[in-house]
Amino acid sequence: MIERFQYDNRIVKNFVFITILWGVVGMLVGLIAALQLVIPEFNLAAWFSFGRLRPLHTNAVIFAFVGNGIFAGVYYSMQRLLKTRMFSDLLGNIHFWGWQSIIVAAAITLPLGMTTGKEYAELEWPIDIAITLVWVVFGINMFGTILKRRERHLYVAIWFYIATWVTVAMLHIVNSIELPISMMKSYSWFAGVQDALVQWWYGHNAVAFFLTTPYLGLMYYFLPKAANRPVYSYKLSIIHFWSLIFLYIWAGPHHLLYSALPEWAQSLGTVFSIMLIAPSWGGMLNGLLTLRGAWDRVREDAVLKFFVVAVTCYGMATLEGPLLSLKSINAIAHFTDWIVAHVHIGGLGWNGFMAFGMIYWLVPRIYGTTLYSQKLANAHFWVGTLGIILYAVPLYFAGFFQAMMWKQFTPDGFLVYPNFLDTLLQIKTAYWLRAVGGSVYIIGVFIMVYNIWKTVATGKLIANEDAEAPAMEKGSLVTESGHWHRWVERRPIQMLIISLIVVGIGGVLEIVPTFLVKSNVPTISSVKPYTPLELHGRDIYVREGCYTCHSQMVRPFRSETERYGEYSKAGEFVYDHPFQWGSKRTGPDLLRVGGKYPNSWHYYHMWDPTSMSPGSLMPAYPHLFEDALDTSITAKKIDAMITMGVPYAVDFPANANADLTAQSQEIVADLKKSGVEALSDKEIIAVIAYLQRVGTDIKAKSPVVSTTAN
Amino acid sequence: MLKFIKHHLDTIAGVGIYPLISFILFFGFFLAMLIWVRKVSRSHIDHMAALPLARESSPNETVHHAH
Repeated sequence: MIERFQYDNRIVKNFVFITILWGVVGMLVGLIAALQLVIPEFNLAAWFSFGRLRPLHTNAVIFAFVGNGIFAGVYYSMQRLLKTRMFSDLLGNIHFWGWQSIIVAAAITLPLGMTTGKEYAELEWPIDIAITLVWVVFGINMFGTILKRRERHLYVAIWFYIATWVTVAMLHIVNSIELPISMMKSYSWFAGVQDALVQWWYGHNAVAFFLTTPYLGLMYYFLPKAANRPVYSYKLSIIHFWSLIFLYIWAGPHHLLYSALPEWAQSLGTVFSIMLIAPSWGGMLNGLLTLRGAWDRVREDAVLKFFVVAVTCYGMATLEGPLLSLKSINAIAHFTDWIVAHVHIGGLGWNGFMAFGMIYWLVPRIYGTTLYSQKLANAHFWVGTLGIILYAVPLYFAGFFQAMMWKQFTPDGFLVYPNFLDTLLQIKTAYWLRAVGGSVYIIGVFIMVYNIWKTVATGKLIANEDAEAPAMEKGSLVTESGHWHRWVERRPIQMLIISLIVVGIGGVLEIVPTFLVKSNVPTISSVKPYTPLELHGRDIYVREGCYTCHSQMVRPFRSETERYGEYSKAGEFVYDHPFQWGSKRTGPDLLRVGGKYPNSWHYYHMWDPTSMSPGSLMPAYPHLFEDALDTSITAKKIDAMITMGVPYAVDFPANANADLTAQSQEIVADLKKSGVEALSDKEIIAVIAYLQRVGTDIKAKSPVVSTTAN
Repeated sequence: MLKFIKHHLDTIAGVGIYPLISFILFFGFFLAMLIWVRKVSRSHIDHMAALPLARESSPNETVHHAH
């Protein structure tokens, strides 16, 4: 029996347009952040400083641009692959508006400094809960659609969507386990090494299951569509899917090589990262070979051009990723701009170009028209490609050469560049070129905006597109004999459960041992909890996003122990909620900064970094000198720490502010000796207290105070 | 690689069996998948691969609807 029904194109249209809008916003914020790196004065205000805008940039492009792109593609392709309308228009609308509200909330709270301090998971707990709810709505809508489908078999793109949904849910929930102390402030439940492991298990798999698997699903749908031929090898796509989700989940620790993470976890990360080359390249070749015999069309068709470069970038990034997880290469690339270049090959090339190709293909179809200008689309393609090259190449050079400078010794065994700033100023030109590359890429996006605008003007939205398909016979699912894999691929719920088991085992085996086995985090008896003032200072450090430019992880290399001091031990971080190891050094590592400079140095430096480090690219933090420290929540903070097992005395929360006042007056008195008149109730005092404490617990009791400016 | 894991997990009772079980599960699943991929019928694969290209709209697809 043939059934008639209608596809919902309106929800697809909404997601497409919002993808474009957030894409423009997210990329512009990225450009602002890039300029702030070379023009420190461009850090115009507390809310407009690099440390707060960088998280906004990453969150906006990942969850707003790429995320809405996923939803646009999923809502379009699922209806057609399953020959049914989406399960519920209402749930679709809740999903759409819910997700956009979350993004708006992020765009407000992140510049205000409300952050958990965990990369790509910075949003505070009420927003985390909202994300969970909206994700569940999306899931219900997706599985509802799958259950009322008219096509018995689930095409491989749907598998990728299912794996995406279930894994992102798991990652988000586990990494967001936090203890709220106020409406917009919480502490990560995990501390130190464990927090780092959970965070990078999340961070890595957010790349895998938010930026990769859903876009692979889109590739397996839109690439055959645009090329008008089936995928090169459907068998290969099955192997691609299972091996990718099997292996990806294990590779997270490769973000923590040479860190204080236990050695076995690091090795695990490396081994699985290398194995990942196989499925990734299988997928890339499957995409590219789909175009066999159709390469002549690539010459004219901008959509195919975008897809080809996107898939090529996927291949490049997924070869580079495993190579970067080799310890010898990681020792050079980690903490440098090499990694920034690497992720932008993925972001600009893979995600960006996949999204653009999809948008150019999709919009004319749901508007019942043709693209306004193929010429402009082709222009966008070339401008965008040029932008990627201009962006990435200088940063690859910058990363490599800066790492070389960090590691260079004189014949007498001294660092050639003992002052970190010297190595940064050498690569400043590359930072300018990066901003140029980014601008060129954004110009391409504006060309698309115009082209899509004109296309929409010539057509009319087919809000409900008529379709027909034979009804799926009831009971056919159960009675038809077949192999177990066909049994699986016809059953979305089984698929969901198996995907969850597959990714769950990886996560559990990776994370649980670090929690259960004491020997993984050896305790150091001299490591003590932070004082209340230092804890406040640490929270300000997190709020200002200091971790976006400063690491707190001295790796066990001579070049690092020579520059910074003793390398990091796992036991040093047991009271760090959240950990602040960082992932990028635009400034020097700060783990051993405690006691390195006098209090007055930090005072002047935070007021005007160039006064202590001429040529410094760090923003000034004048607001720390104006804003009074909020001591009303001191007791709550200490209480929260006690709840999480930090060994403060039980009656300490009540006396915490007395302790805080005493310590801040001590610092003010010390500043006065250096001729600085400071007020003891300002935030800067807490920041100084924290910076003087960090990493000192394992040092000798009398720290050496240096007065030089490096 | 197991030596890295085993040593640190010694404190969990009978831990040796867990990596073995998960390895067998994983390897078994992979093997079964590969065998299935080799054996699956051509027609099924062709059907699956053609799904995105299937005609999806009714004959009046060129008519614009705005309801």
